[in-house]
Amino acid sequence: MIATSRSPLIFVVHLSVLLLVALWTLPTAGLLISSLRDKDQLAVSGWWTALSTSSQNMTGRAASPEAQVERDGKFVISGNLVEGGTTKVSAFGFRPMQPAAFEPGKPADIGDGQTLTVNEDGSYEIVSPTKMEGTRGQRIFYTASVPPRFTLDNYREVLNAEGIGASFINSLTVAIPATIIPILVAAFCAYALAWMPFPGRAILIAVIVGLLVVPLQMSLIPLLRLYNGVGAFFGVPAKTYVGIWLAHMGFGLPLAVYLLRNYMAGLPREIMESARVDGASDFDIFVKIILPLSFPALASFAIFQFLWTWNDLLVAMVFLGAGNEELVLTGRLVNLLGSRGGNWEILTASAFITIIVPLIVFFSLQRFLVRGLLAGSVKGG
Amino acid sequence: MQQLLFAISTMVGGVLACVVYFFGTNWLLDKLFPSKGLTGAKASKNLRITNAIRPWLFMAPALFALAIYLVYPVFESVRLAFHDRTGQQFVGFSNFSWMINDGEFRQSIFNNFLWLLVVPALATFFGLVIAALTDRIWWGNIAKTLIFMPMAISFVGAAVIWKFVYDYRAEGSEQIGILNAIVVAFGGAPEAWMTIPFWNNFFLMVILIWIQTGFAMVILSAALRGIPEETIEAAVIDGANGFQIFFKIMVPQIWGTIAVVWTTITILVLKVFDIVLAMTNGQWQTQVLANLMFDWMFRGGGDFGRGASIAVVIMILVIPIMIWNIRNATKEMEGH
Repeated sequence: MIATSRSPLIFVVHLSVLLLVALWTLPTAGLLISSLRDKDQLAVSGWWTALSTSSQNMTGRAASPEAQVERDGKFVISGNLVEGGTTKVSAFGFRPMQPAAFEPGKPADIGDGQTLTVNEDGSYEIVSPTKMEGTRGQRIFYTASVPPRFTLDNYREVLNAEGIGASFINSLTVAIPATIIPILVAAFCAYALAWMPFPGRAILIAVIVGLLVVPLQMSLIPLLRLYNGVGAFFGVPAKTYVGIWLAHMGFGLPLAVYLLRNYMAGLPREIMESARVDGASDFDIFVKIILPLSFPALASFAIFQFLWTWNDLLVAMVFLGAGNEELVLTGRLVNLLGSRGGNWEILTASAFITIIVPLIVFFSLQRFLVRGLLAGSVKGG
Repeated sequence: MQQLLFAISTMVGGVLACVVYFFGTNWLLDKLFPSKGLTGAKASKNLRITNAIRPWLFMAPALFALAIYLVYPVFESVRLAFHDRTGQQFVGFSNFSWMINDGEFRQSIFNNFLWLLVVPALATFFGLVIAALTDRIWWGNIAKTLIFMPMAISFVGAAVIWKFVYDYRAEGSEQIGILNAIVVAFGGAPEAWMTIPFWNNFFLMVILIWIQTGFAMVILSAALRGIPEETIEAAVIDGANGFQIFFKIMVPQIWGTIAVVWTTITILVLKVFDIVLAMTNGQWQTQVLANLMFDWMFRGGGDFGRGASIAVVIMILVIPIMIWNIRNATKEMEGH
């Protein structure tokens, strides 16, 4: 757009944008890649090494002496330390302090005339001149190069064992009605504020603009008391889905009314006037003309509201409760951060499940989201 | 599954109830004060009455919900701030005097001001720079989409993402957090970033900046495109270089939008809660007002007086922006 775009600085521009994009995407990329890695590899190497072969220190145990066989007058225990054929052993040892003392293929003297040999492919052999005693097998330490391994196991685990699957349903249960119900309510109100003259209209609009920025924190305690009171009075539980839907509707309404009013006020006056001349009432005009024309604004509000209700933690914690049954995804994730703080395979997979739905919405409906943002903020200034 | 069906049926029920309400009241109004088929004074009188009532019928559900969920709580919170933990006993200003003497509260206020200084400034700055840079390259839209993407991620999700970035393993073992891996690669010692008082605040702020830059970028990008070409062409003819054009011609023309972006992010910062809860829960001197308030709401069975008084403090901080917003909106409406 600018005449300077031909300057030699353009390479600097390319480079700095590339750097910024990398800064902004790498954290998410790291999460996604990690969630797909094998959990043993994830724990010992950074996600940026996911494609390279990692070297891990492992401990194994040889088969017990009961498995020994006599061969050429010697007693032999043999087997394989690694399952699967792709892992390679690069060093081994038999003392915890020297886990990598010997090269693969060379026999190590483990005392009493016994020797231990571990080959590159993980097969081992203990050879003893005398019959071996005991029931426990020899401990073997080894360094293995493990090829990269990607798996969906982490997802399988969190969906079933960690309750993420149930929370996913809870999140959907909260978000879908909390998105749809306010739209109609807000649209009628916005139309009245945009096109129906009545005394006090300007003040009402000013109040709604003011309510846009009222912190949620102001509402929490009074509403919690109100809900408890209503619950006790009617003998119903205070924390229900109906309660949280209505709460989300109340908190979302100022933005909805404001966005939709701005949009409707920008529609051409002639359409409404010609319809009115034809004898249409306000109700007809709204339902048959304004509502269809406002679709872009309705869509952008719906996206906002969906993202906000899906991503919300505070409202859900206060009005739905923190019990195991009713936790939404964000709440579950906070719990896992506390209880599974070090288990990154669980955290990364759970986090990715919580962000995948908003990301899909974002990428498929970005156009409406941008339009809504512009209508909601620029016009306000 | 059953739960989802319940949700969907309530949704359908809710929408139906809305439709019935709007159609029904509208029909009733036309029945009570008919204007069609009548002539003269009677018809125009009825028309006047319906025109006066109809807007309120349209607005009633929304106004009712706003009153219950936002207006009433504001007054009730102010009332509770002057009452004890159960909201029964009037205690005057004692919640506020407790607050001033409470170390944790002062820590929160201090941290909140740090957040207010840093996050809106950096998010707006990065947003502006990225908006200006991406306008000049062919893959600018792809870059913008990627930078905008964190907007869709929840604060808790973002907290997990960044906790992984900041992850700490004891010195000598392989670092799996990328920040410590970079530090170690340059020969430094790994740090447990979240536990370094004062500076850990900034590591938390990075998360919100990361999320909000996309928002600033989208809005400022649109504003930059709205700048009249002639002003820039004139500057080019006068021999201005790229930086001069950007800072002296373009930025001054979008001050209004920059202010909107700045205040919007400021409001968000005042309410920041999820990030702190998920990352540190206020430990290591990272407490902020919103998290402290949540804490008091449930601490020891819940202290509604103290919780409400902290909420009132947040509200007071928001009020200047609220007034500024209202003034702008009314000015704009008069201009219509």
